[in-house]
Formats: sequence, structure tokens, C-alpha cells
Amino acid sequence: MHNFDPEIIKNDFPILNQKVNGKRLVYLDNGATTQKPNQVINSMKDYCLSSHGNPHRGAHQLSIKATEEYDLAKETVRAFINASSIEEIIFTKGATESLNLLALSYGMENVKENDEIVIAISEHHSNILPWQRVAKLKGAKLNYLYLNDEGRITTEEIKNKINDKTKIVSIAHMSNVLGTIHPIKEIVDYAHSIGAIVIIDGAQSTPHIKVDVQDLDADFFVFSAHKLMGPMGIGVLYGKKELLEEMSPFLLGGDMIEYVTEQEATFAPLPFKFEAGTQNVEGAVGLKAAIEYIKYIGIDNITEHEKKLTEYTMDKLLSIPYVNIQGPKNMENKAGIISFTIDDVHPHDTATILDSYGVAIRSGHHCAQPLMKYLNIPATSRISFYLYNTMEDVEQLIDGIKNVRKWLGYGS
Amino acid sequence: MDLNAIYTQLIMEHNKSSHNKRDLENPDIIERGHNPSCGDDITLELKLNNNTIEDASFVGHGCAISQASTSIMIDLIKGLSIAEALDLVETFIGMIKKEIIDDSELEKLEDAIALKNISNMPARVKCAVLAWHTLKEAIAKGHES
Repeated sequence: MHNFDPEIIKNDFPILNQKVNGKRLVYLDNGATTQKPNQVINSMKDYCLSSHGNPHRGAHQLSIKATEEYDLAKETVRAFINASSIEEIIFTKGATESLNLLALSYGMENVKENDEIVIAISEHHSNILPWQRVAKLKGAKLNYLYLNDEGRITTEEIKNKINDKTKIVSIAHMSNVLGTIHPIKEIVDYAHSIGAIVIIDGAQSTPHIKVDVQDLDADFFVFSAHKLMGPMGIGVLYGKKELLEEMSPFLLGGDMIEYVTEQEATFAPLPFKFEAGTQNVEGAVGLKAAIEYIKYIGIDNITEHEKKLTEYTMDKLLSIPYVNIQGPKNMENKAGIISFTIDDVHPHDTATILDSYGVAIRSGHHCAQPLMKYLNIPATSRISFYLYNTMEDVEQLIDGIKNVRKWLGYGS
Repeated sequence: MDLNAIYTQLIMEHNKSSHNKRDLENPDIIERGHNPSCGDDITLELKLNNNTIEDASFVGHGCAISQASTSIMIDLIKGLSIAEALDLVETFIGMIKKEIIDDSELEKLEDAIALKNISNMPARVKCAVLAWHTLKEAIAKGHES
């Protein structure tokens, strides 16, 4: 695509062409989930109409077609994040399952008593709870990287918290609350220098910025399809081959085996060792179509477009005296997510009032309760952009925000 | 959705008013109520005299609807017997679930009837009922001890 035009892109998303509460729908909850273009919806429909069978199991045509579709999807993912081999790409239910797999198959096998696991205070619950479990069961310590006043992780903090006891650093590439893009390469380099491995939660970053797992030197990298215009219920675990090979399977069952006898089993080679049971092939087909759609639009165009929208929105919000933005207030290493509060108004009331203006945003703790506690706020309202959002969307949002306090009985 | 039907004068007044937001001296029952998904977090305090709720208050934070609902409930239950308070809880929850549609049955809810329209906003129902569920829990625990 030569000219990036969100108005044209919007035509690919019929769901956005509707009214909510009598107003033009403005969908700004992309951090939670994104909408699907016709290209993704049709790909899954076509698969179900022409190619559906159980992959890897049958000698008949439909099974073969399903296998081909599944393998093609995997190759598309490999190329998208620049993994070196298809064996390093494992399909899971989503980023959450990928992180749980890592906690159980890598964490439980490699973390010993008195070892340390390092995560950031801004993590999503899905990157906190699995490590709490490993730390508890293994007698290890869970250490947190804290943020500075701008919502960023400093070099000093990295060097303070990651030490020779650290075995695993598991960190979000991008904060789902603050939009901060964390200094991943610096963290990876430092962690590797003391012998720790690094898991990157790319759930928020992969849809919006270029991801190259080899360039990041990530040991593991996870993301979900539904946050990049694909279907729910499928996600990815990337792992370095030598690490994945040493790990035990997470789930046991059909299709992940080599030989099974009454008392023993040996396991299939990568990536099938980690893919027990019948897989979500239509999900894989949808994920492939979503990645192809992103390639067609251009990930750099998406990044650039969101940056413009975010910068413009932050300028507008910063000029409203009763609006407080949490996290970075400039676009340096920040993506298209803005968390804010309004004086005297609980974020839930803000979300309800904006909904009546046709604007869909998220409010609450965003599955990041430790971060809320750290910031000393109960909740925030969150705006999160994607490629189909327009300046008109921002105007409607700002118009709604300017009315929130009035509805709650304040003068302005 | 008509915001006027939700954010009414009465709700606004109770949200801003702090007359029920305080700690009691030596409360007999303290019960915390929390909506984990949204962060509404209140602690209800009750002072009993035999079977009567002599005084009640709350502390904590939450959205306008949760705060107003809690404050209105406290105004209502002061001086009531535990049985009467439980009856109000059931009536209120019945109203929000649209199980009680006879307006005369709802009359005893007095100002709490202002929250009736929340039943048309599924996303906010849990905010309105938080205090009432917490009261029920509080009384149940009070009976145990």
C-alpha cells in the first residue's frame, strides 16, 4: 500500500461501520482486542468451506489440506517475527498459555531454591501469576523492576535487580497500561551477561511495531493473535531451538508423541512436542491472514500512524486541566496507549459516559493490579489505538472527555 | 442508554456526600467488598445493638454508582433489624435483576429505587450491587460469631 489511509482501511472492517447509542462507533479498546478485517474473516470461512480436516492424522484430502494450511500459517508466523526455523514456532491458546507453558516447562525445571526471577511491576497478571507459582513452589524469589516517574525502567534499576542469582527475566515488550516500550535489548544483553534467560511478552508490541526475535536475541517470545486482528484462542510461543529441546512437554496427549507403550512414551520432535491434541487450525488460518494483512498495510505505516494519533491525543489531553496522564508524556519509546484519570471521576464512570458518546475505551486495573498499587491509583481509563482509528475518532473522544465531569455534576 | 437516567441528581449527591464515609468507633462487624475486575473496593462497618443496626458507615473507593449505592443503603438500614435489612438486600437485588417488577414491592427501597435503571446497563450492575452483597456477607459473618 503506497498511501496509508485509515478511512480506506476502515472499509475492510464492517464491524466499525455501526452506531452505538446513536453515535458513530469509535473503537479505542485495541489493547484488549482488535477488530478483524474481511480478509481474516473470509480466510477462516473459506477454510471451513473447503479444507477442514484433522491435520497430521489422515491420509485423505481434507486432512492433507488442513495440514498444509496449518504449516503455511506456521511459516508465516516464523517469517513475521524472523525466527530461524519453523521448529521454533509453537501454537498455543494465546500469550497467557505461552507464559504458563514457560513457567511450568522451563521455570519448574530450571529454577532452584534461592534463585531469582525478575519481572516488571507493570506486568500483566498473566506474566506475574505463573512466576509467583514457580517462585513459591521452588523457594525462589520474585524480584520486580520498578518504574521511574515517567513510567520507564532505568539502566540503574536493571543493574540493581538482575544479578547472578537471576535465572529468568520475563518482561513485557510494551506495557498494556502505560504504552511504555521497555528497553528490551538492554535487558536481554545484561541478563545474558550474567547467564539468565529472557522471556518477552509481545502481546502488546507485536501488533504495532516491528518484531525481530533474532535481533532482540529473545530466548522466548509470546503473543496472541486476537490483538493483531486475528481470531481469539490462538497465540504463539517462540523459543530458541536449543532451549525448547531441553524442555519437557507442557500438555500430553495426541499428536505430540513418537512411540507410546503401556508404561513409557517418547515425544515428537519440535514443534509438535508442545502441541498436544487437535489444534486450532481455523485460528491458525486466521492468524496467517492477519499477518498477511499487516504486511500488506506495512507494520511501519501502522507504527507511524499510531504515533501521530497518540501524539495528537496527548497534546489535547495535556491541555485539559482535570485530565491526568499516567506514564510517559512524550512519544519516546511509547506506543499508541494512553492511560488517564479525570479529577473526581472514577474511570468506570468515564467509560460509561464515553460509551454514551459512542466511544469504546477500557477502564479498570487492566489486569495489572500491582502496577495500580505502585502508582497509588485504583484504576485508569485507557485509550488504545490501531490502524483503523482516525483523527475524527480522536475529536469524538476528546469531545466526550470534555463532557464527563459535567455529567457527574461538576462545572466543567 | 440515557445517562440522565443513571447519573441522576440523587446519585450525584450521594457520590459527592461524605456523610456515611467514615470509620465507626468499635464496629461490631467489618466487611470488605471488592469488584476485582474494576477495582471498586469498599469496607462496610456496622454497629449492632442486639438485632438492630444501630449505626453503619463505609470507607474505600469506587465509581459514582458504587459509592452512591453504598451511601443510600447505609441511610436506609440504620435503625432496622437485621431481618429487615436482609429483606431490603433481597428486594434491591431482585429489582436490579428485574425479578421484582411490582413497583409497590419496591417502595420500601425508598431512595435506592433511583438505581433501578442500572438493570439496563449490564456492565455496571456489579457496581450497584456491591454494597448490598457486602451487607449480606457482613450479616452472615456476624451471625457466625
